Amino acid sequence: MKLKGTLLLLLSMLVVFLSGCEPLLVLDPKGPQAERQASDIMISIGIMAFIVIVVMVLLVYMLVKYRASRLPDDYEPPHIEGNPILEGILIGVPIIIVAILSFITVKSNYIVESTPEGYEDQEPLVIYASSSNWKWHFSYPEQDIETVNYLYIPTDRPIEFKLYSFGPITSFWIPQLGGQKYAMADMVTTLHLAADTPGEYMGRNANFSGKGFAENTFTVTAMTQTKFDEWVDEVHETAEPLTEDTFEQLLEPGHLGRMTFTGTHLGFSPAPEHEHSDDEMDSGEEHKMHAEKEREMHTEHAAHE
Amino acid sequence: MEFFERFAVPNPNPAIYASMVAIVVVSLAIIIGLTYFKKWGYLWREWLTTVDHKKIGMMYLISALLMLFRGGVDALMLRAQLSMPDNKLLDPQHYNEVFSTHGIVMIIFMAMPFIFAFMNLIVPLQIGARDVAFPRLNAISFWLFAAGAMLFNISFVIGGSPDAGWTSYFPLAGTEFSESVGTNYYMIAIQISGIGSLMTGINMITTILKMRAPGMTLMKMPMFTWASFMACVIIIFAFPVLTIALLMGTTDRLFATNFFTTTNGGMDMLWANFFWVWGHPEVYILILPAFGIYSEVISTFSGRNLYGYKSMVGSMVIISLLSFLVWTHHFFTMGQGALTNSIFSISTMAIAVPTGVKIFNWLLTMWKGKIRFTVPMLYSVGFIPLFTIGGVTGVMLAMSAADYQYHNTMFLVAHFHNTIIPGVVFAMLAGLTYYWPKMFGFMLNERIGKWGFWFLSIGFVLAFFPMYITGLNGQARRMYTYSEATGFGPLNFVAFIGAGLMAIAFCLIVYNIFYSIKHSPRNVGDDPWNARSLEWATHNPVPEYNFARTPHVASSEAFWDAKKHGHELFKGEIEEIHMPNYSGVPFIMGVIFFICGFSFVFSLWIPAIVSLIGIFACMVLRSFEKDDGRLISVEEIKATESKFESAEEIKTAVSTYGGANS
Repeated sequence: MKLKGTLLLLLSMLVVFLSGCEPLLVLDPKGPQAERQASDIMISIGIMAFIVIVVMVLLVYMLVKYRASRLPDDYEPPHIEGNPILEGILIGVPIIIVAILSFITVKSNYIVESTPEGYEDQEPLVIYASSSNWKWHFSYPEQDIETVNYLYIPTDRPIEFKLYSFGPITSFWIPQLGGQKYAMADMVTTLHLAADTPGEYMGRNANFSGKGFAENTFTVTAMTQTKFDEWVDEVHETAEPLTEDTFEQLLEPGHLGRMTFTGTHLGFSPAPEHEHSDDEMDSGEEHKMHAEKEREMHTEHAAHE
Repeated sequence: MEFFERFAVPNPNPAIYASMVAIVVVSLAIIIGLTYFKKWGYLWREWLTTVDHKKIGMMYLISALLMLFRGGVDALMLRAQLSMPDNKLLDPQHYNEVFSTHGIVMIIFMAMPFIFAFMNLIVPLQIGARDVAFPRLNAISFWLFAAGAMLFNISFVIGGSPDAGWTSYFPLAGTEFSESVGTNYYMIAIQISGIGSLMTGINMITTILKMRAPGMTLMKMPMFTWASFMACVIIIFAFPVLTIALLMGTTDRLFATNFFTTTNGGMDMLWANFFWVWGHPEVYILILPAFGIYSEVISTFSGRNLYGYKSMVGSMVIISLLSFLVWTHHFFTMGQGALTNSIFSISTMAIAVPTGVKIFNWLLTMWKGKIRFTVPMLYSVGFIPLFTIGGVTGVMLAMSAADYQYHNTMFLVAHFHNTIIPGVVFAMLAGLTYYWPKMFGFMLNERIGKWGFWFLSIGFVLAFFPMYITGLNGQARRMYTYSEATGFGPLNFVAFIGAGLMAIAFCLIVYNIFYSIKHSPRNVGDDPWNARSLEWATHNPVPEYNFARTPHVASSEAFWDAKKHGHELFKGEIEEIHMPNYSGVPFIMGVIFFICGFSFVFSLWIPAIVSLIGIFACMVLRSFEKDDGRLISVEEIKATESKFESAEEIKTAVSTYGGANS
């Protein structure tokens, strides 16, 4: 019987999926945001599995009990109109389920859109992550460093990514640290992440952006603050400064390996003016944090209007 | 020579050259065949100029099957490319073109004509009408669809296919990042067929509101008619948005306007919003008629009236309303903030409630029924659990915080295939089998049909369930390849096997058609399935005037009433029947639209302007044309009817499919 087959297959998949030889990236979180998302996912899988099982049990019951071959030849199915009470229950239960999920989701929305829980008292490290066909440029204004296609971050510190793009819409995604967000050419979006444990994580552009999309990846290395500081010092000793000409060349379509520079492109090629910011309440703080340069741009912008 | 260079394919490869040769060979074969068998006249008189809703429906059906083949071959190429890590079967550019066309072909040129096929074939019969309200407009709708489909399909041999995904997000789809004419094809081909869809929507709504048989109040309409009605209401509200968005996209590409560019005040997100304001209702345009077909099939083969008729209707109305309030869930990750995401998250999850009502109503329709496992019923029974899985994963995706992790991954791809294939494609195949005798007067072979169903279902599960897992493991959609280290390999190979099984299923379905044409017994009678609603109260295949006398209806199951409760469907004498005249103008307009679209794609302004004038000329001519239709005489009707009646008497045994149970 096909239904049983499907059910078996589903169950076996669920088993593979839950116990799994290797945990799936999204379900193996290494930061508070990804953790919240993974727990949402697991809760919803549980509730949804329950619904699927109820539907399947009902279906199997109907099919087994009321198949024509089991019924007498003269059996004439009755005419049954709807039943308000029964239909009320069938509407009511899903509404309750949706309400529960809505509650969880709304709560999570505010959590993933603000500084990670447990990190509120720390000042976030701001990193500008911009994409160009088909690379990622990471600018650390605070450290005055720019890297291409790799990201070093300190653990136990909130990170605030400022995302934008020098080309098509891309999506900045580090599955084990948290969900993705779009990077677009005419505005800046903000993604709050944090890493709890040191390690190497996969990061990529998740939004289709043309020929080189598949290889549009980067690696994230999370390390302790001390190691991070050492790395910053090392870069300042060894790396070349990023000039406008070099940056123009970097923007040419293609793939580049890892690259490291001192200085950032934000000076000569600033981020877009428009903030597609998350919440009203945040934006005040943000503006304070990003200091003069951005405030200047905003006033300029206002002057134009 | 310079003039012709623009028609060259920018990224040629052997497969494309082979397709060119194949297209030329097939076209030549068709032309020679038609000439040799002297069928040009027949083709013109009976098909190209027809305004008969049944023939138009059949042409939609044939187109849908052809496009299913085209989109299916695309799908196989995609799955083959991804079956192994670092596979070199397709290069990235080719892969991008293939997945873009796969999406567009399947949604716009396969699923849409499939539902239009059944709307055309069944709705007028279910409401006891002679044809749709505007038969000639109906023909124009079809030929516009055909022109759009042809235009889109030549893209890969002339000028290059679109390569920016079926969503065609700007700025990727703009001239800066997509230089070939591929996206022009996208904009213009979808535009042309979209205008056709919009007119079908208007046509069907008018038909359903104005042409129902006496006694058929709105709440006595069969469920498929209700579903089609709601789908057409959505069409009327959603398609104008697409029309405008495509127009803006076209001018961006051809005339350097800046609606969706990232400079000069353009907004790339505006396209995404427009696209999904149309795109989300679009999926309900597809699924509602599918729900309608399941309602008919499940009720017929459970031998019971549809449970909860009122809540079925109510849930469809609510689904149509909500379908316009959820578009933002396609880009939760665009950074609108927690409040916006929360609102759209809740509205999206809310759709699960009316959909759940429908699922339970179908289950309760089987309750105390007498279930016969015919091919249409198998598809419906397979639909319920599979679609439920697709539905609940939709609820998971609707949770916006978690969606940050699902978005753009194979999890999403698995979800929407999980709704569209068991939802729409299964329904269409159920409908194809169920209504085949209605159209052609003989049955499709049940045994081959069942094999097809099993291959399709098992293939489907193998092809798409692994994607849920690879998605959660970080496999982004639209990646042309992945490395071995990612560990996506084995599950993608399973998916490839599943796709192979689905391809076998398609072959079986097509083989079944040929087999049944040859071997199926004719004269299956008028009621081969022991059906319930009005469309079965006329003959198989349906005579051109549908019903010799106008039926009088007292419930949504008029035919069942007539069979079981002695309800008198047909009263009075046979009278003359007024029918619309055939016309060649719709076909000619389709051809002109094709030329016009082609000229626009390649910015050939002179033919573009000339053909635009041609289109308006056709419309002006029509407004001066006097066409009062024609009358079918009483004698002719009686002759046709007696032919069917004598066939009915000759019919020796009742078909094994259900007649025996009555």
